[in-house]
Amino acid sequence: MYYKETIRQMYDIGIGSLMIIFVVSLFIGAVTAVQFTYQLEGTLIPRYYIGYIVRDMAIIELAVTFSSIILAGKVGSNIASEIGGMRQKEHIDAMEIMGVNTASYLVLPKIIAALFMIPILVSVAAVVSIGGGYVAATSGTYSSEEFIEGLRSFFIPWNVCIMYIKAVVFAYILTSIACYQGYFVTGGNIELGQASTRAVVYGIICILIADYIIAVLLTG
Amino acid sequence: MIRAEGIHKSFDENHVLKGIDFTFEASKTNLIIGKSGAGKTVLLKILVGLMNPSQGHVWYDDQDLCDLNKNELIKLRMQVGMLFQGNALFDSMTVEENIRFPMDMFTKMTEGEKKKRVDYCLEQVSMEGINNKFPSEISGGMQKRVGIARAIVLKPKYLFADEPNSGLDPKTAITIDALLTDITNANNITTIINTHDMNSVMEIGENICLLHFGKLAWQGTKDEVLDSPNEILQDFIFASPFLQKLKARAMGNSSTPL
Repeated sequence: MYYKETIRQMYDIGIGSLMIIFVVSLFIGAVTAVQFTYQLEGTLIPRYYIGYIVRDMAIIELAVTFSSIILAGKVGSNIASEIGGMRQKEHIDAMEIMGVNTASYLVLPKIIAALFMIPILVSVAAVVSIGGGYVAATSGTYSSEEFIEGLRSFFIPWNVCIMYIKAVVFAYILTSIACYQGYFVTGGNIELGQASTRAVVYGIICILIADYIIAVLLTG
Repeated sequence: MIRAEGIHKSFDENHVLKGIDFTFEASKTNLIIGKSGAGKTVLLKILVGLMNPSQGHVWYDDQDLCDLNKNELIKLRMQVGMLFQGNALFDSMTVEENIRFPMDMFTKMTEGEKKKRVDYCLEQVSMEGINNKFPSEISGGMQKRVGIARAIVLKPKYLFADEPNSGLDPKTAITIDALLTDITNANNITTIINTHDMNSVMEIGENICLLHFGKLAWQGTKDEVLDSPNEILQDFIFASPFLQKLKARAMGNSSTPL
């Protein structure tokens, strides 16, 4: 039962969020390229740096943080509403009566699914962001060769590790906060809505705090 | 046998249950009755272990529910089935998946055995052939029956039902009452039903406990209800003007039309 529930959650979190992550990442990469094209104009910085900047911005910060913030909204509110709705409709009580450890059955599969799927989504986001940056840069004043040369320059594998560390930490934060808010909801629909909102707001704030701490610890 | 011993329950300043002592007899249909706000649901939730009493004990034979550790509680709960007021069927699962859920969680039965048990339980509640429907695709009365089927799937020793007739038409309510009684008798289950349905009181109440503002106001059987001098009971039973007129007419005190 736990296995089936985990697979269902993996599908919901992973496949269910793929489209929004794809669209957002594409534009993040594109906007990063356009902004840096503007800032690098008239400077002595080599032109191929545009690919290097887009790559590292995407890998270290934008792909993982933007994706996690978006997932805190989409997945976090979804989880809080789902568990909160089950609390209100006495589904959780029904499981308790059957002897099910509801905290484990309802929360664990979601956290495991998020820990697996969110790093995968972040990988997709990083690749798509770089793709978006490539399209935007080469549509402007840069050549394909310049952008690709930048992509291949100064690559530090540790940055990819930082991305995955952030993805795992953010995944845990956003799902555990959402599960907590849903599981302990009391009252009616208004309270359920408030719990869902709290899941998103607290999730985003905690992700940003964690982002800063990880940045200081791993790159400071 | 389940025994409530000196049960008190307070929510902040609100003292909902004020020292309930009552024995729910084994293999009988026990009813908890009372007006809305009398504390019926709180008592039922305490009996089933969903809430802890502020004071007092709940005994399942010789086991004190409040003293059980986690594993003992899980073991006890596997002997308990419960029908909720809103049915609490899982929306994303079919009728069959709902009924087999407890078996999937706690038994090592084969797929064939589980299917056989699901079909048997559905047959018990006269709901054969709806295995693949979702709860949203069946009526409220059918959902109650599926809820009963799920509650009995692990062959419980104790069956709890929270207002099983709420939201049902009188005829369906009678059918649900009959079903609960039949299942109780056929399987030797100790059943505790929380209700304010007068028909249930008069038809299936083998052991009745009347709550009034959190206190035990009366106890007895369905045969003792009408002749009891207890004013709270009489006021509760004959609350509707129609029943008051009917009672007056039966006693020869009135000739007013009903």
